Amino acid sequence: MNITLRVWRQKGRGDEGRMVTYKVEDVSQDMSFLEMLDVLNEKLTLAGEDPVAFDHDCREGICGACGVVINGVAHGPETTTTCQLHMRSFKDGDVIDVEPWRAKAFPVIKDLVVDRGAFDRIIQAGGYISAPTGTAPDAHANPIPKADADRAFDAATCIGCGACVAACPNASGMLFTAAKVTHLGMLPQGQPERAARVVKMVNQHDEEDFGGCTNIGECAAVCPKGIPLDTISQLNKDLLGALASGKL
Amino acid sequence: MANSTLTKQRSTAFKSTVALKSAMAVTGGILVLFLIVHMYGNLMIFGGQEVFDEYSHHIRVIGEPMLPPEGALWIIRIVLLASVLIHAYAAFTLWARARRARPAGQRYQTRRKPVQQTYASRTMRWGGVILALFVIYHILHLTTNNIAPGGASDSPYERVVNGFQIWWVLLTYLIAMIAVGFHLRHGIWSATQTLGANKASRQRVLNITATAIALVITVGFLIPPFSVFFGLVS
Ligand code: HEM
Ligand code: SF4
Ligand code: FES
Repeated sequence: MNITLRVWRQKGRGDEGRMVTYKVEDVSQDMSFLEMLDVLNEKLTLAGEDPVAFDHDCREGICGACGVVINGVAHGPETTTTCQLHMRSFKDGDVIDVEPWRAKAFPVIKDLVVDRGAFDRIIQAGGYISAPTGTAPDAHANPIPKADADRAFDAATCIGCGACVAACPNASGMLFTAAKVTHLGMLPQGQPERAARVVKMVNQHDEEDFGGCTNIGECAAVCPKGIPLDTISQLNKDLLGALASGKL
Repeated sequence: MANSTLTKQRSTAFKSTVALKSAMAVTGGILVLFLIVHMYGNLMIFGGQEVFDEYSHHIRVIGEPMLPPEGALWIIRIVLLASVLIHAYAAFTLWARARRARPAGQRYQTRRKPVQQTYASRTMRWGGVILALFVIYHILHLTTNNIAPGGASDSPYERVVNGFQIWWVLLTYLIAMIAVGFHLRHGIWSATQTLGANKASRQRVLNITATAIALVITVGFLIPPFSVFFGLVS
């Protein structure tokens, strides 16, 4: 198939940036979206031009590096990561727009690559357990109700890709923050720091200049890991509880 | 921020986006309760002039002689005004924040395709502004009677009947009540999620309940004006 790409090109942080049109020919339906970009980059390199910079690492949907907005939807038409999106989701002759995540908290470094350090700083603020845990305990030493374990596991699958921010009309990072708060908040190991954690993580979220959540739900709809919207309700509940109890 | 003391972190969190939207949820909830009572009161128009005017008078003497005349009414008014002001303050603060979070120059070039968002959720802000303007118009019309289409009157019943015989008065209220319906459709669901009451297993029920309450309020408010317009109440 033949594709017309309109890609965001931006030389560096200070550069203004613009959409540039490229033709990519002989694209196989079995290629992933990133492989199609590889084809384009080989062509650009041969022509002596600067290849399109995009982030990627695992190419199997688990690292969360490869986020871009495709035709106005984070990660494009399927609910998955860009590396797991295949060209069979498009038609011959399609014009495809590719843009980086857009948020003040995610400044563009080059072309499609953004700096997601803001997410790291939210995790640093409290998304961990500080007790030294030693060797792994026996699996049944610490009984956890099945429902809590499931919820913690589901929330823990967040890969920090940032699609939730990219899709949110408010550029809010609340689904990401809530996934971590819920993951640790459901488990016994997370209890001692539970109140302090949510307070610190929400403060850091706000300090990074993410917007506030208005429960529109676009985040959960595009999340490649299906982090549910009710994790944000859990975060709200934990934060209000922490503020009301006065215990931190 | 990450290293500042917990006491400081706690006071910062009282000004966080989550705290602000919780204030919106609580004040919004007060306004919803008020709207339900107000809607119910309006339906007394079907009891006739005497019943309706007596109801209007009754609101002004609740609590007497413990409270001065209109005492209870003023307490309610102050609570409502404070709610609207807090609600609007939080709304505008978060609105400005959202604009900063994706500033001009960092907007999407391609129109973003909505994946599942509702019309109601997208129009909360401008819809809210329309509601605030409507509330002012509505108070000038039926409370103070400074705006008196169809003729001023000391009888609340007559103010209603005089006003809603006129098509454009009916139209302004129709538009405003549809706007209220949309605002509450998203707002009621959003408030439950904001206050921590949502769970995956409940999400559907919460959304259906929000839609139902929004519908009842919109239709309930529109029944009296339409009844006047079509001559069922005169
Ligand atoms: C200054 C004008 C207003 C603006 C900008 C505004 C904006 C908003 C926004 C953005 C929300 C959603 C909160 C969220 O999704 O987290 C909301 C909710 C709500 N609004 Fe307003 N609003 C305004 C005026 C009003 C008025 C006059 C009423 C009363 C009729 C009202 C009643 C409500 C209710 C009941 C909720 C639900 C509570 C909640 O979602 O937190 N609003 N408003
Ligand atoms: S919540 Fe989902 S969309 Fe957001 S960063 Fe985690 S995996 Fe990505
Ligand atoms: S490259 Fe790792 S998730 Fe796509």
